[in-house]
Order: sequence, then structure tokens, then C-alpha cells
Amino acid sequence: MSDPSYEIVIGLEVHVQLQTATKLFCRCSTRFGAPPNTQTCPVCIGLPGSLPVMNRQAFALALKTAVALNCQIPGFTKWDRKQYYYPDLPKGYQISQFDLPMSQHGYLEINDAKGAFAPKRVGILRAHLEEDAGKSMHDELAGKADSRIDLNRTGTPLLEIVSQPDMRSPQEARAYLTELKLLLTYLGVSDCNMQEGSLRVDANINLHVATSQGTVATPIVEVKNMNSFRAVERAMAFEATRQFDVWKDTRIALGAPGGHKTTRGWDEQAQMTRPQRQKEESSDYRYFPDPDLAPVIVTDQQLDAVRADLGELPAALRTRLQTEWGIDAYDADVIVNQGRAFVDYFLALANISGDAKRASNWMQQDVLRVLNERALTIDLFPVSSTSLAQLLKTVQQGELDTSRARDVFNAMAESGDSMPQAMQSLGIQAVHGDELADLCRELLEANPSVVADVQAGKDKAIGALIGQAKRRNPNANPNQVRQLCLELIREQGSAQE
Amino acid sequence: MESMSIHELTATELIQRLESGDLTSVEVVRSFLDRIEQFDEKVQAFLRVESQRALSDAERIDQRRRGGDPVGRLAGLPVAVKDVICTEGQPTTCASRMLQHFTPPYDATVIRRLKQADAILIGKTNMDEFAMGGTTESSTLATTCNPWDLQRVPGGSSGGAAACLAAGMAPLSIGSDTGGSIRQPASFCGVHGLKPTYGLVSRYGLIAFASSLDQIGPLARNAEDLALLLEVLAGHDPSDSTSANLPVPEYSQLVSQPLDGLTLGVVREHFGEGLDSEVQAAVREALRVYESLGATVKDISLPHSRYAIATYYIIACCEASSNLARYDGVHYGYRTDEAAMLADLVAEQRALASRGEATALDDIDSPLVRMYRQTRSEGFGAEVKRRIMLGTYALSHGYYDAYYVKALKVRRLIRNDFDAAFREVDLIAGPVAPTPAYRLGEKTEDPLAMYLGDLYTVSANLAGICALSVPCGLSSDGLPIGLQLQGPPLDEQRLLRAARMYQAVTDWHTRRPEGF
Ligand SMILES: [Zn+2]
Repeated sequence: MSDPSYEIVIGLEVHVQLQTATKLFCRCSTRFGAPPNTQTCPVCIGLPGSLPVMNRQAFALALKTAVALNCQIPGFTKWDRKQYYYPDLPKGYQISQFDLPMSQHGYLEINDAKGAFAPKRVGILRAHLEEDAGKSMHDELAGKADSRIDLNRTGTPLLEIVSQPDMRSPQEARAYLTELKLLLTYLGVSDCNMQEGSLRVDANINLHVATSQGTVATPIVEVKNMNSFRAVERAMAFEATRQFDVWKDTRIALGAPGGHKTTRGWDEQAQMTRPQRQKEESSDYRYFPDPDLAPVIVTDQQLDAVRADLGELPAALRTRLQTEWGIDAYDADVIVNQGRAFVDYFLALANISGDAKRASNWMQQDVLRVLNERALTIDLFPVSSTSLAQLLKTVQQGELDTSRARDVFNAMAESGDSMPQAMQSLGIQAVHGDELADLCRELLEANPSVVADVQAGKDKAIGALIGQAKRRNPNANPNQVRQLCLELIREQGSAQE
Repeated sequence: MESMSIHELTATELIQRLESGDLTSVEVVRSFLDRIEQFDEKVQAFLRVESQRALSDAERIDQRRRGGDPVGRLAGLPVAVKDVICTEGQPTTCASRMLQHFTPPYDATVIRRLKQADAILIGKTNMDEFAMGGTTESSTLATTCNPWDLQRVPGGSSGGAAACLAAGMAPLSIGSDTGGSIRQPASFCGVHGLKPTYGLVSRYGLIAFASSLDQIGPLARNAEDLALLLEVLAGHDPSDSTSANLPVPEYSQLVSQPLDGLTLGVVREHFGEGLDSEVQAAVREALRVYESLGATVKDISLPHSRYAIATYYIIACCEASSNLARYDGVHYGYRTDEAAMLADLVAEQRALASRGEATALDDIDSPLVRMYRQTRSEGFGAEVKRRIMLGTYALSHGYYDAYYVKALKVRRLIRNDFDAAFREVDLIAGPVAPTPAYRLGEKTEDPLAMYLGDLYTVSANLAGICALSVPCGLSSDGLPIGLQLQGPPLDEQRLLRAARMYQAVTDWHTRRPEGF
């Protein structure tokens, strides 16, 4: 796929629904899934005489996001009308921001812990607020015009985040989206639910092809209808190959006749993009400032307050896990990518158990496995960090081997029991040192040949004793049995000398 | 009290008699309903009269008053409402086919304020379609005549609002003023009309023509009544982001205080070409009256006023083209006959197909686009369409900077002119309109001539300042002439006091058209 004769150039436009209780310019609820047209009022259905009033909470969430995206925030921003006719746009215009967006010139850092690409900054061209349109369901056959419109979504606050065309592979595009979603989730500004339309992605992609005359850009294609990040990655890979084939065929460059921008839709079933009919709208949106809304003034004090309230963001957290807790970059990435609550659980576990590496391993292998199997979030995980820390300590002190501990953990996760309860119901007991020493002495007395083999330098011979030890006491830790037996044999040897 | 004379009383007098028990609200309302019954067939000021509702509301107010319950400022007093202002459960048409059957599910803020003041909404008045025009002739629902001469227009766009007062069919009414739409009909009909400072009165529920220029304001037959109604209408509204958040002065108390050492500015540019000599004489005479009251008259210049008409029509049309986009037949209001439209479409497709014109077939409208086109071309009248097209053009790519952006810059300069002027003078005095009322049909074929009639009024809207019209004379044809007073932003009290001073020593405001 990574044909050396061309470079892929991708820019992404992400629409994020901000998590406000009410719409951007009226007080209707933004709740998803209500019966059609039940969350509407004169303002959001554009009745004559109604007027918009800006939702300050929506602006605050947008500001928080823009600051987290390292954007420049101008002190003055305004609202514009983007005008076009569509049945799901009841006013005949969308209130958006055109030439003075609330933020621009930011960036988001992306990285791949496995090193699939070098860490990089993806530029953010702008992020602006706008109201969502409604939903249309069409049955517009020839000679028939049957459409149904639901205006519940109309007026929902959207933040449109436009990246620079800085991504050079489908993997980078996916990483950008993953990192952006993670950031938005950490900020608590959106639930980023793609199924409910809270996060929508459009991509612009073309190729820079190396030719004997230098680099040539191919026509830009806007790709829509991608319903998951995986779909974005696949659509970009598909488009790159397709565009290169077209280029080889036609040699039409960007801006040349026939080289204008086109729109294609991703077909998930067929795993391919298809040309899309343009909407029945003019490309001249006749933007002009909305006279019904006052411009918004953002002060330095406001920005300071937003910065102070931002909390620890994913990039900083990854670094902290590495420097303060000695976790490697990959593990830190996995933990941080699970979200803030998961990180908090990890930090508590590492703190109480005093063993961050063991905590990290258990979180990634065991806790994540259970969460995935049972489709739970960490908030609903039945084992508290304190309980799990107790289990980890028991393992650390050798009182329980890893495989027995895993049984205990599964029982705890299943029932919500504490560690002692779970061990009791499994009939597992921690074996104390004295008890184990007695057991080992008995075994050595009963197996002089093993002792002789070990003394002859064949440590592996101990293996024969471990099975016997497990039969006598199922809770015996095999590692400890091995260690203890070896020590006892060495003590015997030195006593004989 | 004899019913014939009730309509002669001012609103302030009516309230006194209602309060003293000399009159009941039912008597007052019935008297005005009788007047409407008697005269509105000729004048056609009203698009709808809410007789039953008004009488039952009046009865309720009377009961409350008898029971000693507290009542509002305008308790029991009829008020007429221009049909551009939304009234819950009552059709609000903008005098357009587009909204002929539209009934808003909510009250405009000013309607809520009137209801809180216990005013009786007696009916909705005629206007130019979507408030676009200066004669009320672009109404697609009725032709309103000027009570002073039934062959003449009442002015516009609030023609019904002014005519109903002149004919004694209501004591108070409210209109809207985007470029003179309250002041000019007030002048043509010999009544008082005030355009408040932009932001003083909530626009919530006022069907938008040009959002940055529109203001709702009062019309009345004297300055005191005007002050009283303004006091009820004004005030901050959180539902209107452009509403000023300031306390409302007690206009009704302040109005009777004369102004000492008043300086009136007279705009040189307002006495140029196109001003009717009788209007000029009446305005000059009014200035002499002010001088006799101790005022100083000073010559001033508003150098950018000659660009006001062009600036106004660009901004107003741009905003209108956007504001009226919502009337597309999808969600409410007029929609073309879809069955007929689809039948036409199919017939056209067949005809093209049978002639083998495949490319032409591809160009044919989709049903949706055709529905939009037919709905809008059938639902809007000519003047509305003209302004939508002008505005759409001016906002288009490639023209935006040359028209809209430039107009905004000139608008700023016009405001600066006023700011400079008001550093020298307290108020600016001049004509409202270049001529008295036109004959019906006189200007309908010449929109440019009609636009020029807005010469003296549009600047106040562009600058966002306040202005009013006071009756100051009659032409040789017996037509009323108005004096315009313009004041700095939020200085309505000064305008009202100045109008009251004039009114105290003149009797133009007491003249009534013959036969009414
Ligand atoms: Zn709403």
C-alpha cells in the first residue's frame, strides 16, 4: 500500500456534538432517541418572529476544547448565517461561524506506541461552533416526493474541528481520530458516540505523486458516510489505491480540467467508495453576520480560567505514568487510552499495592479482559482497586501463585466478593512460610535421589517434587516450593562439608 | 357616558374614567367595535377584528376592577396590533398569501407585555406585505385607505395601525418601523408614531423583515398616550439577544415636563430637492413654534445622509432575503398545490421523453426544487420578491464586499454623523416624508420613487437612534403633515417631552378627518 511513488495527503473535518442539556440557541433538550419532533420550539423550528439566544454552556465547552487543542482564541468572535435550502433546515440558513471562528491555528500530537509512524503534530486549521440540522428520510422517486423530517436534532450544538492536511497515511488518520476522541472524552465535552451521530467524520484526501517533472497533486476527494474510525482507515487506504490507479490512467492533476474536487461515499458493505450525488444546493452560501446575535467577547481572564480548569490531558498523563511510575511508553499508552477513570483505577492500584508494573500488567491483561468480555466500563467493574491491590500484595509476597491468583481474581470479578471471600469459596488458602518449609523437608526426605541429582548440579530434578507438593497441598506455590527445596538442599550440603 | 364621544377621549383620559368607574371596559371596547363596524368597511385598517374575545376580556377586566383586584397599566383599554406581530392562537399573516393561514403557537414579547398590562387586543391591522412598502398597497389581503381622503394611501408599512387611530377605531396601536414604517403612516394619517432606539423594545415575535433595523413602536393620538404605551412595551427581554438591558424610564411621568433650553438641529440636506413646499412650510412653522417656546434652532449637516437610501435598501434587502428564506412551503405557511405540480412535472417529462430530449430531461427540476420555486413565486407578492432578489444578489459571491460590506461601512459613517450632531444639538427636527399621502396606485408602478419617500426616515434605523412623528399641519388638500424629531439613542423621554411641548401650544393633534 505504501507505494513509494506517491504520498497520501489527508485532512479531516470532525463534527462533534457538545454535551449540553439544551440546544445551541433555544432551551429544547438535546436528548437522543425521543419520538420525532417532540424536542422542538418556535426557535429551533424557525417559526416566524422567533429569535436565537446563545447557550453559554455550549460556548464554554467549545472554548475548553479549543484551548486543549492549543488553538489561538480571538477576543472577538461572531455568528454568521450559512444559507441554503434543504427541508431539514427550517430557517433556510444554518447559524455557523465563517470568517471569525472562535478558534484557529491549533494542533494535536499523535503518536503510535508501536512505532508505526513517527510522532507528529497535526495542525488544526480552525474549530468553530454551529447548529446541527434536522434529519430527513427521503423517498424521492421520479414523480414522487415523500420525505419525513425530524427536527429534534435541529439546533444541537456542534463543534466543527478542521485539521490541516497533515496526515500522510490511513493509520495517521485513524490515530488522529482516536487521539481527538480521547481528548474530547477526557475533557468531558462530548460522548463521541458515532452511532448516535455525536461524532461525524468527513475526510479530504488526495495524493502527491512523484513524477519526472516533480511532485503532482491529484484531485481532492471528499469522503463521507464513514461510520467508524476503522471505516475511515479503510476508506483512506481504498481511496489512495483508487486515486493512484486513476492517476496512472488519466494523469489528471488537481485544478486541471476534470480535476475539481468531488465527493464520494464509503460503502461499508462493499468496502469501497462510490461517487455521491451533490446535494441540491448552491455552493454559494451567501454567508453574512447574523443580525439576531451579538458577537461573543472572550477575555484573557476567561481563558485563564479555562486553562486552570482543563485537568490533566492524555499526553501529560502518558508522560507522568512513565516518569513517576516507571511504566513503559506502550503500557502507558494502553492505560491512558482507556480513559480517565481507568487511569485513576490504575493509579490507586499502583499506589496501594506499591508495585506499578504488576498493577499495569494486571490492568492490561486481567481487568481489561473482563471489561471487554462483559462490555463494562471501569466505573462498573465489581472489584475495587483496594481489593485488587490486596490480591496483588498476596501474589507479591509469594503467598499465592499467579495462576491461583487469577482464579481468585475471576471469582472476585464474577461475584464482587472480597479476596478472602473469594479464596474461601474456592477453597484456596495462602500457604505460610513455616507450613511450606515443613512440606518441603518431608518431600526431600522421601526423595533422596532428587536431592542427590540436585547436589550433582541437576537443579531441574526438583521438578519431580513440585507435582507431589501440589498433590499434598494444592495451595502450594510452585515457585516457592522450588526455591525452598533448593535452599534446603544447599543448607544440607553446606552442613555436610 | 354617551357612546359617540368615547372614541374622542385620549387613552390617558379613558384610563382615568375606567379607574373612576365612569366607564366600564365593556363600554369602551363596544364603542370602538361599533366604530370599526361603522367605518372599517371604508378604511379597511383591520385584517381581523377580535370582537368576541375583546368583549369577554373586557368583561373579565371589569369584574376584576369591581372586585377590587389590582389591574395593569392599560387595563380594559383596546389596542390594535399590526399583523406582523405574533399573537398566540390568532392568525398572524404579514398581509401575505404566504402566511394567510398561519397561526403562531406563541405570543410576541410585546403581546405578553400588553396582556400583563391588561390591555384588550381588539384586532390585527393591515400593512404592506412583510412590512415592505410605504403605502400598505402591497398587502395581498386588503387595501387600506387614508381616512383623510379615501382615495389616498395611509402610508406604510404600518398603514392599518395609523389609519385605525385616525378613524377613531382604536385609541392605541402598535406597529413596526424598519425604515419609517411607523413614522411615515403616522405623518400621513395625522397621528403620533414613535420608532424606539434599536434594542429598547423586544423583537421576539416580530416577524422579521430586516433584523438589524426592525423595531416595534407605539402609535397614538397624542404624546402622553404615546409615552404610556411605550412604557408598557419597552424593557429588557432575555429572548432577544439584541435587547438592551436597562431600566425603563417612566415616560408617562416625564412626558409632561417641558424642556428648558432645548436646541433643535435642522439638517441642511433635508430641505433640498424633492421636498414639497407645503411640507417645508409646515415644518418651518413648527420650528418657529419651538423658538417661541424658548428653543434654539441650529443648522447642522449629516453629510452621509445622501447615501442613506442606497445603504438602507442594500442592508434591508440582504437581511430580508435571508429572513424570508424560511417560507419554503416545507414546515408551515403556503405550499403550492402539490398534486397539480407533480402532474405538470410528469407531463413535461413525458413530452421531453417523447421528443427524445434526454439532456433537457436531465435539467428538469426535482420535485423538491419545483415545490420551493412554485411555493415562493405564488406565495410572495411582487415587492417582496423584488427585495429578496436584490438582497440575494447583493450577498452573492463576488458582490458581497461591493454591496453589503460597503453598506455596513456607510452605515457606521451615518451613525457617526448623528453622534457628532447630537454633541451640538439635543434633537434633530425635520420632515417625516417629502410629501403628504399619495393617491392610491400613484407609486405602485415606480418602486424607486417610493423608495425615495423614505429619504428622511431610514437614517434613524441605520443609526439605531430614536425618532417620532408629530402632526404639524394640513396641506391645502387637507392632508396631514408630520414633523419628525430624532433623538440620541435611548433618549425617548426627550423626544416625548419635546412633542408634548409642541402639542401643548398647537392643535394639529386634535384635528380629525371629516366624516369620522
Ligand atoms: Zn427549540
